[in-house]
Amino acid sequence: MAERERDEVTGTETTGHEWDGIKELDTPLPRWWLWTFYATIIWGIGYTLAYPALPLIHTNTKGFLGTTNRMELEKELKTVRAQRAEKLAKLEKASLQDIMKNDELRAFATRMGEAAFKVNCVQCHQAAGRGAYGYPNLQDDDWLWGGTLEAIHYTITHGARYNPDTNEETRQSDMPAFGEQLEPAQIEAVTEYVLKLSGQEHDARKAEAGKKVFEEDAGCNGCHGDKGEGNQELGAPRLSDQIWLFSGSREAIRSQITKPKHGVMPAWKYKLDKATIKALTVYVYSLGGGVGS
Amino acid sequence: MSLTVRWLEMGVLALGALLALVMAAKAVDPLYAFHAWIFFAAAVLGLFFMARNTFSGAYLREKETEYMDKVVKYGVVATVFWGIIGFFMGVFVASELAWPQLNLAEWFNFGRLRPVHTSAVIFAFGGNALIATSFYVVQRTNRARLAFGNLAWFVFWGYQLFIVLAATGYVLGVTQSREYAEPEWYVDVWITIVWVAYFLVYFGTLVKRNVSHIYVANWFYLSFIVTIAMLHLGNNLALPVSFFGIKSYSLLSGAPDAITQWWYGHNAVGFFLTAAFLGMMYYFVPKQAERPVYSYRLSIVHFWALTFTYIWAGPHHLHYTALPDWVQTLGMVMSVILWMPSWGGMINGLMTLSGAWDKLRTDPILRMMVIAVAFYGMSTFEGPMMSIKSVNALSHYTDWTIGHVHSGALGWVGMISMGAMYYLMGRMFSPNGRVYSYRLVSWHFWLATLGIVLYAAAMWVSGIMQGLMWREYDDQGFLVYSFAETVEAMHPYYVIRALGGLLYLTGALIMAYNFYMTAKGRVSAAEAELAPARA
Repeated sequence: MAERERDEVTGTETTGHEWDGIKELDTPLPRWWLWTFYATIIWGIGYTLAYPALPLIHTNTKGFLGTTNRMELEKELKTVRAQRAEKLAKLEKASLQDIMKNDELRAFATRMGEAAFKVNCVQCHQAAGRGAYGYPNLQDDDWLWGGTLEAIHYTITHGARYNPDTNEETRQSDMPAFGEQLEPAQIEAVTEYVLKLSGQEHDARKAEAGKKVFEEDAGCNGCHGDKGEGNQELGAPRLSDQIWLFSGSREAIRSQITKPKHGVMPAWKYKLDKATIKALTVYVYSLGGGVGS
Repeated sequence: MSLTVRWLEMGVLALGALLALVMAAKAVDPLYAFHAWIFFAAAVLGLFFMARNTFSGAYLREKETEYMDKVVKYGVVATVFWGIIGFFMGVFVASELAWPQLNLAEWFNFGRLRPVHTSAVIFAFGGNALIATSFYVVQRTNRARLAFGNLAWFVFWGYQLFIVLAATGYVLGVTQSREYAEPEWYVDVWITIVWVAYFLVYFGTLVKRNVSHIYVANWFYLSFIVTIAMLHLGNNLALPVSFFGIKSYSLLSGAPDAITQWWYGHNAVGFFLTAAFLGMMYYFVPKQAERPVYSYRLSIVHFWALTFTYIWAGPHHLHYTALPDWVQTLGMVMSVILWMPSWGGMINGLMTLSGAWDKLRTDPILRMMVIAVAFYGMSTFEGPMMSIKSVNALSHYTDWTIGHVHSGALGWVGMISMGAMYYLMGRMFSPNGRVYSYRLVSWHFWLATLGIVLYAAAMWVSGIMQGLMWREYDDQGFLVYSFAETVEAMHPYYVIRALGGLLYLTGALIMAYNFYMTAKGRVSAAEAELAPARA
């Protein structure tokens, strides 16, 4: 059966074998294929000589370029660090006010702050600090603890309600749970009053009774102010606007009076260096809502 | 086959059932007990059918002088069935990435269903296609019936049992977290037994061949069977906590463990998804094209170059990690050298069509096989390119890798398998030697091709974009994007990818319908006047 025959279409001989009707042509290896194959092998030998490649008993060949992954990484990091070094040194020394006055330094701090914000802050405050349910919006000018450079810097550094036992400087405010102190009717009434303060639809008769609760029975104005204007010294939110940390609905307000939710923000002094916190301050300040001191 | 042998086989099954009962009784965790009961059910079912076949005397009608084709036919059915399951799981997990709300409960979350998808397409669909076609090809090219009697049936059903154990395990949370080798130790032991049986059947058939030379397809199939056995054993060296529990611990740790995993992982690609399907190509392309293989010499040289080189390429999965530099270099160099050995298969596949190119216009099955070879060529160029460290620095961990894998998996493995399935459907299931409708094959071809193009293009764009976003620094020297922003940017491409997968799945459903009608012996009314495909 090993009889070679000539294939009519290609003019090439077959090998003379046949399996289930399949024959094979005796075509030589395509030249371009062979030479490319050789070329990759030669290139491979070259690469092997240039880089760490062959295992020896205790070590391996180092290659004539004398480089490794780690060395390349270190070189890259060095380049990027060198690029930042000069301005970073200035940033470390400068006060917040100085940074704001120096255009170049402010631009640097804003970019550095943005990069840090994207890694550390967006999980709660969302992209570009637009906020979410329970997490303050940083783009508006409504601040719980103040929107000056110093106030923002303090909040980022020490956090809010963050391990107050060991971190005494943390922002601390505790609205009592009025569900344990007021009658249901009183809570109903003061809820209507808060709705009125914030300019929402409310029951006027109940709100009238609520005013008494707000100012006398519960003394809400002690922290939130007579007109619900809030108090940033105490971290008491302004009630006379339409900006809400949780929600401005009747149910949410009633719930917050009865048993308030208290958010926590980490004290970043434990995790980030001083320059990064400064940069974050400048970035957050720049988001649109920062106010002068 | 003698009655004594059949009694012996039934005895082994009964012992297996008994062992499963002991495993179930002594199980230290419920999932192990659940799997022991599946074992038990499989053994009892096997015993029942075996006994029925024996006592009715049906086995006496099987002749040594005939090809053992029924097991191949079962394999074709299993391939189509698991293909649809696997493609559906792919569409589902792709949708979970596009719309995370679909991660409903722990059983259906991405982490558990992704291995169901990968194992279903690689091992259930691909594996069944390989077992079925290898059984078909080895008999015909060696003019010998499968060796060792019923052992081929044990391989088929044992393999299906492995698939069921693996898939139910993943969904319920049984995994050893090794990519493409997720099943725990006891399933590993089971598949080892099945695989040894597979080797015996295949090798035994080669030994008793009635031809002098062994056809090239068989080299590839055999290299696949032998190498996968070696890889499987090396990669799954683990110590069970208890012989009656699911949990085991790997014998290796750290970088040695990682490189063992990728030595296995890459050669699963090399010997399961490349070499074995080249075996398929070397039989079905010349048969369908009715042309001789282009170059015998090329087939020999590229076979040995491929098998020698592939086994070293694994480290390119671990560039820039804790893996020592010299291992990375070795992996990269071997991957680049692998380019031409891989392309040898493409050249032999495509050039076999010289003198038969006109058939592409009329024969959608051949068209399917040819586009498979084209995708093979594309991915085996892309692979070496991506293994180059400076390219890999951009592509690694991005969707580009996913796109690369799928142009190979959907384009090469999927298309060549489905081409072979259509070939076998016409030959083995239809009384008139042709599939029900070639127009539907054409529909399948175009839907699948469009699906692959959508899939691969979306992943290339999103992968390269992702890699560029990760490394983008601004003029002040700070990273521009956070990780979440890169995820957000990929959403539209994830939607396109899911759509591509849906088209591919639709094509497979059309194939299933075509298969069903073919098996019923029907011929599409619109095509009745055409001459049947020549055998």
